[in-house]
Amino acid sequence: MSFLNNVITGISLGSIYAIIALGYTMVYGIAKMLNFAHGDVIMVGAYVCFFATGSFGLHPVAGVLLAMVVCTILGMVIEGLAYKPLRQAPSLAVLITAIGVSWFLQNSAQLLWGAAPKVFTPVVSGGLSIFGGQLNISYVTILTVASCLVIMAVLSAFIGKGKMGKAMRACSEDKGAAQLMGINVNSTISMTFAIGSALAAIAGVLMCSAYPTLMPTTGSLPGIKAFTAAVFGGIGSVPGAFVGGLLLGIIEIFAKAYISTDLSDAIVFLALIIVLLVKPSGLLGKYVPEKV
Amino acid sequence: MTAMKQARRLRKATVNSFINYAIVIVAFIILQILLGQDMISNSIQSMLVPVCCYIVMAVSLNLTVGILGELSLGHAGFMSLGAFSGIIVSTALKDVVEAEPLRLLLAMLVGAVMGGIGGVIVGLPVLRLRGDYLAIVTLAFGEIIKNVIMVLYVGIDGDGLHMATKEANLTLAEDGIAIIKGPMGAVGVTKIASFTAGFILILVTLFVVQNLVDSRAGRAILSLRDNRIAAESCGINVTKYKLMAFVVSAVLAGAAGALYGLNYSSTVASKFDFNTSILVLVYVVLGGLGSIRGSIIAAAILTMLPEMSFMRSSSLKDYRMLLYAVILILVMLASNNPVLRNAFGSVSKKFKSSKKQEGGAAQ
Repeated sequence: MSFLNNVITGISLGSIYAIIALGYTMVYGIAKMLNFAHGDVIMVGAYVCFFATGSFGLHPVAGVLLAMVVCTILGMVIEGLAYKPLRQAPSLAVLITAIGVSWFLQNSAQLLWGAAPKVFTPVVSGGLSIFGGQLNISYVTILTVASCLVIMAVLSAFIGKGKMGKAMRACSEDKGAAQLMGINVNSTISMTFAIGSALAAIAGVLMCSAYPTLMPTTGSLPGIKAFTAAVFGGIGSVPGAFVGGLLLGIIEIFAKAYISTDLSDAIVFLALIIVLLVKPSGLLGKYVPEKV
Repeated sequence: MTAMKQARRLRKATVNSFINYAIVIVAFIILQILLGQDMISNSIQSMLVPVCCYIVMAVSLNLTVGILGELSLGHAGFMSLGAFSGIIVSTALKDVVEAEPLRLLLAMLVGAVMGGIGGVIVGLPVLRLRGDYLAIVTLAFGEIIKNVIMVLYVGIDGDGLHMATKEANLTLAEDGIAIIKGPMGAVGVTKIASFTAGFILILVTLFVVQNLVDSRAGRAILSLRDNRIAAESCGINVTKYKLMAFVVSAVLAGAAGALYGLNYSSTVASKFDFNTSILVLVYVVLGGLGSIRGSIIAAAILTMLPEMSFMRSSSLKDYRMLLYAVILILVMLASNNPVLRNAFGSVSKKFKSSKKQEGGAAQ
């Protein structure tokens, strides 16, 4: 039973990683930038939900929606102020700017809300107990996995079928050609950031419901790991982020359970390195041959 | 005519290198005089060795990022390897080698070797990857090294070194001492690092990096940065030269790490995390990619800045990291803004022309 429990915990953690990884992978696919500030948007989302439900007594659903709205606006503001002027700049300049934004968000959070960890109240409490109490599944786990599946389905449909999704795919293929076809590249990129940030808010709330410590640095390590998940599955690919996130979550929980709690992060990163060495474009990423 | 031109170019490169040596030496002499006059506050004095370490880190990372053109986000991992192996060596040799400078030298050499070994292990498989993937793998390696050191227990007694992954497994004789205690890091380290050692390390780093860049190998490395495919078709061994630059950079980071570790009585592995790697990368980018002088100046100023008295005043204290982040974003935006670039055209032209000559001489 403990094996099954571990699988369930792994899938739950993996779902969170997958939702965060979607934000990374979409932004990378279209803007070709490593958005290191994404992890901190998660943290902001969790704080907004924390204060909305805790201090203002809003219903958890309203709290999540508010967090999504705040993060969407935040994502678009960050994109507009910090990344948009750097469209033509070398990628390293954009990377450093993203790190600057990440530090800015962390330090603002520390000034606004203090460095002391806050105990996050899960959005749903209680759980299922089956097989005579041998297998416990909390409602948070069910909610996490369900949200992940719904988000995946909606996002796949959006990108595959919708007009905006088509524009996104066109931009990720070739920005110049997309512009010539009458696609507004800037607003498409802005839209991508908005969607990614809204997902980050959901991920933040779900993550803090499962692991209820909230600090200004809460987002950074999950951010890096989710990014690893995105690379694991093939960065730029939406199904890749899903598969990568789930696998990473399961690997992490199994490493924790059967090898060593302290070394679980090292094992996760080792798995990433092995995958990249065997398949340099990630599990589901496509190989782009270099043209001379 | 061409011979003369070449001679003149060569001289420019040499002059450029010598200016860098001169800057470091003059800064050292001035600081020594100020120290003699007791004109430097304690907080600044305590920063002198770390500043030296960060300068070496920045110059060595510049070799990977600016000169080889590969993004590395795990440079602090090599520093960590150097720091902890340096601490182990220094503690182990405490009774054997009495003279502190000699022990420091040995510790730094071992730190450098360990950094180099780490560089080979990371570099050999990883340098096949390109661009952002390489960045991710170096990030992952940095985190792995941090994680592994955090569960490592190392102790020494009459029988020699003992290693374990659990505190209970570390069985030491009566006279044994635990050097590294897992998540608590290295504790009770004798501080033997000195500002002079840091100064010498900077000179050695400059000597190694500048001579490497001006050599035949350096030209190969630069050509890989500028156009890998063209360089490959000219018969340049990509893996060999990439690995060369990467390992030299790791060796220097290891030596800097050893010096850094021996400057504090206790060191934890989480000090050398992703954020430290990023911090050094910021020094390199703000100093200018490929510019060694820029790295030195940026590392010195940016390490010192948060320690300056006006930044430590009560009104600014809480906001200094926030300010740092805002300044970083603004500098990146301004330096990549075409309008501002033209406005500062005359200044940047000067810089550019001198850079061009530097690059031209190296080719």
